[in-house]
Amino acid sequence: MSAIQDLIKNLADEHGRERPNLLPILQGVVEQEKFLSEYSMSEIARELDIPASDVYGTATFYSFLEHHNMGTYIIRVCKTITCSMKGKNQILLTIQDMLKIGLGETTPDGKFSLLQTNCLGWCHKAPAMLINDDVFTDLTPESVREILTKYIKK
Amino acid sequence: MVAPSYQLKRADFIFKNDNDWEKILDRTLQRSPQELINELMSSELKGRGGAGFPTGLKWKLTLEEPGNEKYVICNADEGEPGTFKDREILTKVPYKVLTAMATCGHVIGSKKGYIYLRGEYKFLVPELKKAINEFEYYCKQKGLDFTIQIFLGSGAYICGEETALFDSMEGKRGEPRNKPPYPTSVGYLKKPTVVNNVETLAHTYTIFKYGANKFYDLGVQYSRGSKLFSVSGDTPKPGIYELELGMSLQEFVNEFGDGDTKAVQVGGASGFLVPRKRFESTSIGYRGKLSGISLPTGGSMMLFNSSRSMYNVLDNYLEFFREESCGQCTPCRVGCQQLHNGIKAVKRGEKPAQYLEKLLKLTETMKLTAKCGLGQSVANSFSSIVENFQEEMIY
Repeated sequence: MSAIQDLIKNLADEHGRERPNLLPILQGVVEQEKFLSEYSMSEIARELDIPASDVYGTATFYSFLEHHNMGTYIIRVCKTITCSMKGKNQILLTIQDMLKIGLGETTPDGKFSLLQTNCLGWCHKAPAMLINDDVFTDLTPESVREILTKYIKK
Repeated sequence: MVAPSYQLKRADFIFKNDNDWEKILDRTLQRSPQELINELMSSELKGRGGAGFPTGLKWKLTLEEPGNEKYVICNADEGEPGTFKDREILTKVPYKVLTAMATCGHVIGSKKGYIYLRGEYKFLVPELKKAINEFEYYCKQKGLDFTIQIFLGSGAYICGEETALFDSMEGKRGEPRNKPPYPTSVGYLKKPTVVNNVETLAHTYTIFKYGANKFYDLGVQYSRGSKLFSVSGDTPKPGIYELELGMSLQEFVNEFGDGDTKAVQVGGASGFLVPRKRFESTSIGYRGKLSGISLPTGGSMMLFNSSRSMYNVLDNYLEFFREESCGQCTPCRVGCQQLHNGIKAVKRGEKPAQYLEKLLKLTETMKLTAKCGLGQSVANSFSSIVENFQEEMIY
């Protein structure tokens, strides 16, 4: 069995093999692999004995379930109104300048991907971003540089 | 002179933590479901997520459904732009929410509760799980058969709509269902289900602790009690504030504005934009007006000062809706795209100014024909911005 098959089997053992268990399984694969490949999706379909199209349909509905290859650290910068008003663009430019990637791109070493996302719920501390599950708020170009430097060293 | 009910009054119930949840839970479990429902009904508590359905009635309807498999769901898919109060409740006073869920379980006859937590708040999970474990342990000791599980979302605004939330929990695309049937009879796994917003549950704790009168005495007619407000935008003091319902928007701006407030977005991107000239005549609360206009809100209050372009604000909202529309019904899917493309075309001069009238008609169509609240409420912000700031849309 491949590593992904193993992972999917373990997740199915943990959560169950019914349709309501699909989302936690998809989330489990994304947590490990950072994205859902066609192979993972068809393996999930096999494990749960449901059509692969259902898995694909569900997976592609949710913006946090990526189905393209992603870096180890996924940066999601909030682009909704308050963050946008409070300097989101400068934050994006700083990140792009540091990592030399554009929106939707991944660094060549596969470490970082840069995305925008809708309201993260930190409007009172805008601008905000997520790096994987960790939240960073009250961002300035300076603080973003500090944060990224720490991640680059990881 | 401001009418007394229009004044801004601070309240402090939600975040006041006396660490007495065990006592409150013991006390509510000894009371009959009917008694608890009566208490909620006489408090006139309405849903704090934004829709404003009477909470007591929701519990009552679910209780009256036959069958012994029912569910309690706490809606923590806080996705409306400008709202961030639910996260604070779950961080600071999770036991109030858990106690309220167990009480609801006791009332409707449910053994299973879920917290649908948005994926953006995944970092809350470890602490929340700890609280749930301790809570469940206490329930077990007391012989109460009620468990609570966290279900994580994955970045979809529409899953905050209760029926989309069910589909999401059932492992499907989060697409809203037709209503009726309502969740109180056909909900999660087609069973009767109570879905309450995090804040609504926290308020029931206040009501069961202090009694319905204490809650009813706050606020104004039709809009009883206090409410958490998420204040953001051009304000010197962004943050979360508990205020009594019924204040005038002018009072709110006096307190939170930066002296140059041009407009306030009440209720997030799906709510209404109120321009300066209407601050005096607008109050914050549920429908059933005292006088003037009363606007409901899930708590989102975004202030804009005169340095902001209302075109940019609307452009941002429409991009949001265009991306977050689930896509199953045409009026919403195509409507959001056309509105977004339309205002851009007018701004660029590719379409005449009169084209805005056509777009306004389109929002009316969406209001009538879209399947759920998302598509229906795009008209709110669109028409209130376009009608009040038409020049900014064109030039």
